[in-house]
Amino acid sequence: MNFDFSDDQKMLRDQARRFLGERCPVKAVRGVLEGAHGHDAALWKAIAEMGWTGTAIPEAYGGLGLGHLELCVIAEELGRVLAPVPFASTVYLFAEAILAAGSEEQKQRLLPRIASGERIGTFARAERPGAVTPKSIRTGFKGGKLTGTKTPVADGMDARHAVILARAGEDGGERGLALAVVDLDGAGVKRRALDSIDPSRKHAEIVFDGAAAECLGTGGEAWSLTSLVLDRAAVLMAFEQVGGADRCLAMAKDYALARFAFGRQIGSFQAIKHKLADIYIGNELARSNAYYGAWALSTGARDLALAAAAARICATQAFDFAAKENMQTHGGVGFTWEYDCHLFYKRSRHLALALGPQRVWKDKLVNELELSNAA
Amino acid sequence: MDFEDTAEEAAFRAEVRAWLEANAKPRRHREASDAMAVDEDRGSMAAAKAWQAKKAQRGFARVTWPKELGGLAGSAMQQVIYNQEEGKFDTASGAPFAIGLGMCIPTLMAYGSKDSIERHVKPALRGDEIWCQLFSEPAGGSDVAGLRMRAEKHGEEWIVNGQKIWTSGAHFSDYGLLLARTDAQAQKHKGLTMFYLSMKSPGVEVRPIRQASGAANFNEVFFTDVRIPDAQRLGPVGEGWKVALTTLMHERLAVGGGLGGGLDVKELLSLARALELEDGPAIKNAGVRERIADWYVRSAGLKYTTYRTMTALSRGQQPGPEASIAKIVVASKLQDLSAFAMELEGEAGALKGEDAPMHGAFQMGWMSAPGLRIAGGTDEILRNIIAERVLGLPPDIRVDKELPFNELPGAR
Repeated sequence: MNFDFSDDQKMLRDQARRFLGERCPVKAVRGVLEGAHGHDAALWKAIAEMGWTGTAIPEAYGGLGLGHLELCVIAEELGRVLAPVPFASTVYLFAEAILAAGSEEQKQRLLPRIASGERIGTFARAERPGAVTPKSIRTGFKGGKLTGTKTPVADGMDARHAVILARAGEDGGERGLALAVVDLDGAGVKRRALDSIDPSRKHAEIVFDGAAAECLGTGGEAWSLTSLVLDRAAVLMAFEQVGGADRCLAMAKDYALARFAFGRQIGSFQAIKHKLADIYIGNELARSNAYYGAWALSTGARDLALAAAAARICATQAFDFAAKENMQTHGGVGFTWEYDCHLFYKRSRHLALALGPQRVWKDKLVNELELSNAA
Repeated sequence: MDFEDTAEEAAFRAEVRAWLEANAKPRRHREASDAMAVDEDRGSMAAAKAWQAKKAQRGFARVTWPKELGGLAGSAMQQVIYNQEEGKFDTASGAPFAIGLGMCIPTLMAYGSKDSIERHVKPALRGDEIWCQLFSEPAGGSDVAGLRMRAEKHGEEWIVNGQKIWTSGAHFSDYGLLLARTDAQAQKHKGLTMFYLSMKSPGVEVRPIRQASGAANFNEVFFTDVRIPDAQRLGPVGEGWKVALTTLMHERLAVGGGLGGGLDVKELLSLARALELEDGPAIKNAGVRERIADWYVRSAGLKYTTYRTMTALSRGQQPGPEASIAKIVVASKLQDLSAFAMELEGEAGALKGEDAPMHGAFQMGWMSAPGLRIAGGTDEILRNIIAERVLGLPPDIRVDKELPFNELPGAR
């Protein structure tokens, strides 16, 4: 039984933790949170120079050609420090979509500058509140041109490239959908920065009016391709969530040890001890599910969809719980701008919704259980 | 990252499998069982003893024990492998021997004399002799060290008086591991001594306790002037608490499933497929699907946490602290999942046994779950342990640590 990362992968983790400890202090997160910029450009450049953006991109396309296990390790460290960079949009979503569905020419053209960090990418699905279903997609992709509105789009202001889920055919359902790749600097693209709960990860509304775009993948496969990309992103994001949740537990514990009330450390009261024990339990369950997701992702396992759903649901529950109970443990100061609790509280909710809400993933998980039982 | 055995592990697994194929029948389906059950009727006790003897002869009953005591001097991982393989076969339950082999005998092996080890270890391993653990008392369950059973020295014997409670299996046990107070004037942890005794000793009276579930797996055990030879003392006088910690530590080293009585998401899925709700099959109902997903991620999380523990064992390392989350998660999951299943069953969910859907499996799980949340470390104690030992938070304020035991409020 070898259900763990390798020694090399653990070394990468230590290196990443040290690097981010120096290059991504809390003030870098606050800088983006409180400022107008979409991300921390200096940090993004440094991350790209480490090769992280190209970790799972084959060397033939300018990447490091390592693998998804290494990417999971990096993801956890990015999540731990709330790195205010478009890593998820560019690497977990855009790059994975191109790798999964792109033609050889598209991969050669688009991936090297993604791997180098020179270009930022993203993936746009939602168009309005509620569920993203095949029927809800109204953005049209006809004659090589996109028309419609995508909102919210993560890193939408800073991205150069985007994969867009659109409607190409007459069919009102799944079969009429298509994936398009668009250059957001091109004509017919109007972007507007949106206000969001976690301004350290900014979003945009993008309005297309006859913007030129190219097809990604073959017709009729858009919905299942999107599902596959979301599964892969879910595992990677789960590691970010686990990193964030662990950091919340550490913060809560430190505070519980330092803070005195009624003549003793508040961490000596059972209400606090039991609360932190519950955070620990949630975090470890999430870590274990994330590990299985990592294995499924890196081996192309048949049960990736099930593993990804479990990883996402569990990590979301863990991070949500850890973030809110960390704030609770801090008492009044936890609810101030000055203390860092709110940074994690906001990021946990953002990540909870970023790839679609719990409801959808739980339905998907049970779907997978039904399919596997039927076999 | 992989789930492969090392070459040595694979070889051991093959050896185990071959032996099991030659000595047991393959298991056809998992049957739900009472999560608190320690044994069934006399007929199945005979079957349990027979299988235990067979396993023991081959060294599989306790792989990690020294060869001269009936083990294979093997690794914890090898025991895990044996347990995994045995689980695929239809063998008699090892439950009657779990307490003895898991807790009492390791304590005897650590603190007993050469003679007592020679006399008792192999018969226990073979299932010839069954042991129980006599720690808890009416005045001290979670507060084990607050126990009041008195042992007084008279010549080369100790005379013991008092009462133990929640003693699983005492009604069929041959021997018992006993923690008693030998000095009421010392501070509570310092006045305890560990012994072992024959449950057939004059003055020992076992009275079964009927559980809320209707079963009677545990007992009150009354001691009236029971005589225990000093040769059956384990560890120095006054050091009983230290010995008890060894016993309790062994309890925690157990790896793997078995908790939860065989009820999990798989059974819930079967039920959801079979039942109709207001808007169609239960399995298609959004609310039902959300709950199923919630429990699935907890079950899967536990399963994969066990894989992490096995990875450590496979490397010859100690299991990490994440191993401690299992019982808390399983017990509550059993209670809540069973109750939810009963909801799906509707009014029929209030029936029991063969009159209930699925042979009353969920009803049995629901009924045994409260015991599981309490026995072997309550949810609250386990959370305290995680908080203190894993997270390093301060211990609770103790008002009874410094005073002599006989000055504590409520002490006799």
